[in-house]
Amino acid sequence: MMNIFDEVYLIPLFPLLGFLINGLARKVISKSLAGFIGSVVIFISFCLSVLVFINVSKEGFTTQNINYFSFINIDKLYIPFEFQIDQLTSLFLLIITGVGFLIHLYSTSYMKDESESSYARYFSYLNLFVFSMLLLVMGGNYVIMFMGWEGVGLCSYLLIGYWFKNNDFNNAAKKAFIMNRIGDFGFILGIFWLINAFGTTSYHNLFDAQTGILSSITEKNSTILTGISLLLFVGAMGKSAQIPLYTWLPDAMAGPTPVSALIHAATMVTAGIYMIARSNIIYSMSPFTMMVVAIIGLATAVFAAIIALKQNDIKKVLAYSTVSQLGYMFLGLGVGAYSAAVFHVMTHAFFKALLFLGAGSVIHAMSGEQDINKMGGLGKKMKITYVTFFIACLAIAGIPPFSGFFSKDEILGAAFSVSPVLYVIGVIGALLTAFYMFRLLSLTFAGKFRGTNEQLHHVHESPGRITFPLICLAVFSAIGGFVGIPEVFVKNGNKLADFLSPIFTDSNKILVAQTTSPQTEIILMAVSSILIIVVCIWAWNKFKRYDESVKTETALGKIIQNKFYVDELYDAIIVKPFKRLSKILSNIVERSGIDALVNGVGKGINYGSRQIRLLQSGFVGNYILLMVVGLVLLLIIQLLSK
Amino acid sequence: MEIKWYLFLSIILFCIGVAGALTRRNSIIVFMCIELMLNSVNLLLVAFSKMHLSIPGTSAYSAIDAQIFVFFIMIVAAAEVSVGLAIIVMMYRNTKSIDINFLNRLKN
Amino acid sequence: MLGNYYTFSELLLWIPLLTGIIAFFIKNNKTVKIFALFSSLLTLAVSIISLFYSDVAHHPEYLNDTNVSYVWMPYIGSSFSVGLDGMGFILTFLTAFTYPLIFSSTRYREYSNANVYYGLLLLTQAGLMGVFVAMDALVFYFFWELALIPMYFLCSRWGGEFRIRVTFKFFVYTFVSSLLMLIGIIYVYLHTPAVTTFSDHSFYLKSFYNASLTASEQNGLFWLFFLAFAVKMPIFPFHSWQPDLYEQSPNSSVMVLSGLMVKMGIFGMIRWLLPIFPDGVVKYQSFAMILCIIGIIYASCIAYVQSDLKRIVAWSSIAHIGLMGAAIFAANNTSLQGVMLELLNHGINIIALWIVVDIIENKTGIRKISELGGLAIKSPALAIFFLIIVLANIALPLTNGFVSEFLMFTGLFEYNKWMAAFACLSVILSAVYMLNMMQKVFFGATNSITEKATAISTAQKFILSIIVLAIFFLGIYPQPVLHLSQDTVTMILQKLK
Repeated sequence: MMNIFDEVYLIPLFPLLGFLINGLARKVISKSLAGFIGSVVIFISFCLSVLVFINVSKEGFTTQNINYFSFINIDKLYIPFEFQIDQLTSLFLLIITGVGFLIHLYSTSYMKDESESSYARYFSYLNLFVFSMLLLVMGGNYVIMFMGWEGVGLCSYLLIGYWFKNNDFNNAAKKAFIMNRIGDFGFILGIFWLINAFGTTSYHNLFDAQTGILSSITEKNSTILTGISLLLFVGAMGKSAQIPLYTWLPDAMAGPTPVSALIHAATMVTAGIYMIARSNIIYSMSPFTMMVVAIIGLATAVFAAIIALKQNDIKKVLAYSTVSQLGYMFLGLGVGAYSAAVFHVMTHAFFKALLFLGAGSVIHAMSGEQDINKMGGLGKKMKITYVTFFIACLAIAGIPPFSGFFSKDEILGAAFSVSPVLYVIGVIGALLTAFYMFRLLSLTFAGKFRGTNEQLHHVHESPGRITFPLICLAVFSAIGGFVGIPEVFVKNGNKLADFLSPIFTDSNKILVAQTTSPQTEIILMAVSSILIIVVCIWAWNKFKRYDESVKTETALGKIIQNKFYVDELYDAIIVKPFKRLSKILSNIVERSGIDALVNGVGKGINYGSRQIRLLQSGFVGNYILLMVVGLVLLLIIQLLSK
Repeated sequence: MEIKWYLFLSIILFCIGVAGALTRRNSIIVFMCIELMLNSVNLLLVAFSKMHLSIPGTSAYSAIDAQIFVFFIMIVAAAEVSVGLAIIVMMYRNTKSIDINFLNRLKN
Repeated sequence: MLGNYYTFSELLLWIPLLTGIIAFFIKNNKTVKIFALFSSLLTLAVSIISLFYSDVAHHPEYLNDTNVSYVWMPYIGSSFSVGLDGMGFILTFLTAFTYPLIFSSTRYREYSNANVYYGLLLLTQAGLMGVFVAMDALVFYFFWELALIPMYFLCSRWGGEFRIRVTFKFFVYTFVSSLLMLIGIIYVYLHTPAVTTFSDHSFYLKSFYNASLTASEQNGLFWLFFLAFAVKMPIFPFHSWQPDLYEQSPNSSVMVLSGLMVKMGIFGMIRWLLPIFPDGVVKYQSFAMILCIIGIIYASCIAYVQSDLKRIVAWSSIAHIGLMGAAIFAANNTSLQGVMLELLNHGINIIALWIVVDIIENKTGIRKISELGGLAIKSPALAIFFLIIVLANIALPLTNGFVSEFLMFTGLFEYNKWMAAFACLSVILSAVYMLNMMQKVFFGATNSITEKATAISTAQKFILSIIVLAIFFLGIYPQPVLHLSQDTVTMILQKLK
């Protein structure tokens, strides 16, 4: 039997092929063919990923490094083009290709109104997106990771600005790219520092338990490691939309809805989590950074949840919920619960993809309407969408036994063992999540319809290619959590943590394990679950009888609705001053400074020559006199110098 | 005769030439003064050459150089005179004057 | 005899020189265009063949001053000697590779006196080649000026409205700085050892490397050479001739100017500055780097607020050159390797940008980005090509820009972390201004002007495809170029030690 690890390059190669075919032949191939190619290549990758996963989970698997060719090989620096396959990678491969495939399938129906070449263009971008993400998780060193890292940034730019005739969308796309670039700036500086300090970026050179460079360093909190980890975290902030670089993600809703699902669930935003999980040893050795990560994660989780409370655009609510959930993942990473964070990535991929695709189904039914104030009562007309959306809400709210419960609880449990304060704030965030999700659910599917009559007639259940992915994802959202049942319920229930443990062994050795007693854990779980259920029911009932006419916003409500004016703040303190500075440099410094100086030299010479010219009186006598004076002077000099 | 007398004579001639060239405005006189300066140098060269020859043991070859030089200078001076006088004649034809200060239009 | 290692450097020089002179006598516009293209293709062919002989391991004659050496002025110790080393191969290839692209992409433009125009362009190419192959200081200086003079005529005769003013500034600025270098060359010459019996000193590159100069002499000479190269590159604050000139000059000469002529400055820095004045370099490298890094940020900021397409590209070029300058003075293996690669990449990318700008200008007749928009609807292919070129310019991974910038930044970081951090801001800023331009020109809705634009022709697609392929090839597999330049870098670093 062939060794699957020799063929892993096929996994990213197929999406790349799909990109090339769809991209180059976009004018010749029909819509159905474009959609077919786009989806099938991802499906093949998915099948290969499953094979890889099976092989990885076999007994006796060791991390595979596959070196293809030397990308950069100069005197002191060797960066091969290599892939690394291990447990973490194989899990991400499954998520990316699996969820990615469902989104592609969904898109074939969702985007059917586009013109033929646009349709193919859309699928080529989508394939490129998956390709970049695969490169990111399969890369065997930070430089390859960075290729995928920037690649997903590019694809988000292309897809957010997919309808490029609209300049608002273009602005959103540009914003996404530039915000990501700010993060990338940190990331790449981190890579430079890594190269500078250790001379390599390959994971196996750095992290290997026996031979890795980091295994020989024992000092914690050294400047180098803290610096590197903080810089890498800046990259994660940009890509995974954490405070202060989160504002691009809600704006990224400008793209087609399946794209949002792809960005939020399967690709892109989880890159930051992957990167920190991948470099867990660096982080474990710099507790200061861990603290920063945890605090920023928690702050983002709560802050975004508050903003989500008052959003009226169905996609905006989901966007902020993504930001908030990513905050939880970072909290998990920050408290050292790496596998819990990865677990949450997985469950989040299921339910967030489901939510977005469900939202897409709703928007489709409402002929493009996104304002939840104009919806309501859709549950009766769109049964499948309603039920699946409901499951997703239960999952994201963290109601047992849906998937979100297990992953969120694991993170919060780890947070509790570090500090109860983190736990309490985390639970508050979870309650907020439960509230806004059930507000969204209730406003959309319950109560009476608030849109126009025309829209009401148009409302219909979506076709099979849209509902099939919804159902699949709903199943996973419901049961996906059982791969990580806490130890207190079932002995060895946390299969996922066991599976991932080889990646995090070293970190777990470094981190001092603080365990909570099983009793406390159960009590905490029970309390938080009950609170969440109460909030859900309250929110559901509160908004079921929602009526647009009786709506008064408090001052605070207004502020929240306007997202705390963060965009405006950034505009005022960064964008505008930058523009002004550029104008000053261009108009004043350049024109009347440097250029004037250069021209001034010319003018000075001009002026000086005009003055010296006066010496040329034209009188021959003067010239002769000057000549004689010169001669005499020369004579005197000659005499004096003797 | 001692060499110094030749020296004195040529210095005097030279100074007369300089003073004349500086003070006079008639271009012919300026011209003559320049010739005077040249000839003062010629005189000096010949004098030194003679002095050199009078030292016992020197070959004529080494001393004769100065006198060849004098011939050169005289030829150059002659050439110069022919050109210079031509210029002056042309100048007179155009401006009806041989005042050198009249010729200052090149300054602009 | 083709195939002999020695003759390539000569051929690369003589072909454009002779064809350039012949071009003056071809009166038919069509014929002269084809003739020029043919000549440049011939040069390219020679250059490609020469690359097969570029492996130093098999050709140890490398950098030997007797490669090709004619008696020229033996009594002052100067001979007409030319040769190719790794950096020379890269730059001559760049020159040979881009000239056909320039000729063919601007083929549809009609110039009055086309024979003179193309003749001058070919003479410029000869000058460029001469600079890159010179192994003798006087030969180097000779070609340095030879490249400048035709360019002056090109810009001042076929340029825009203010061409006389800006080309005069360009000429005086670069010429005065070159004279400083000439003084420097003569000074160094007087301190070189004798090579032949004819003269006490010599102008050979190798003798210059072995010149006995005290530290204080080097400090002074450093500035003479530095100024000449800094103006040509240009490094902040000596850049003010550039944006105006680029805006006013005809497009094909701008391509030569920005893609190739600025490389002369960088080439000079690496070959004639670093190894000859190691003490001076060590003393002033921080200062020079600070200038360069200020230039990066300064130019990026200004590029953001420009409204003219050509000016945006001009300022972006200054920013990139600033980075290259900083990397040169960081003077370590990684950064210099990055510069070597960037020499090639920057040349390709910037010329590609100009080609697209030229197409846009030709299609719409305007260059103001605020008046453009929606071209992606009219010409999707052009939009895609432009996007790829823009991405290469902002150093996205898998395009060529990334590898070289990555190496340069790594090298800078090795020298000083904070400088690298500041220089790295260009990663963000370049994205800001480039995407701004992209959006204003290609995205959005069409207006009355862009409505009339048409899709690009197959020939244009072909030219841009070649460039895009080069961009991706160098972005994915840059190792051949790095391998080629390794020995040059090692040799220079040895001199610096």
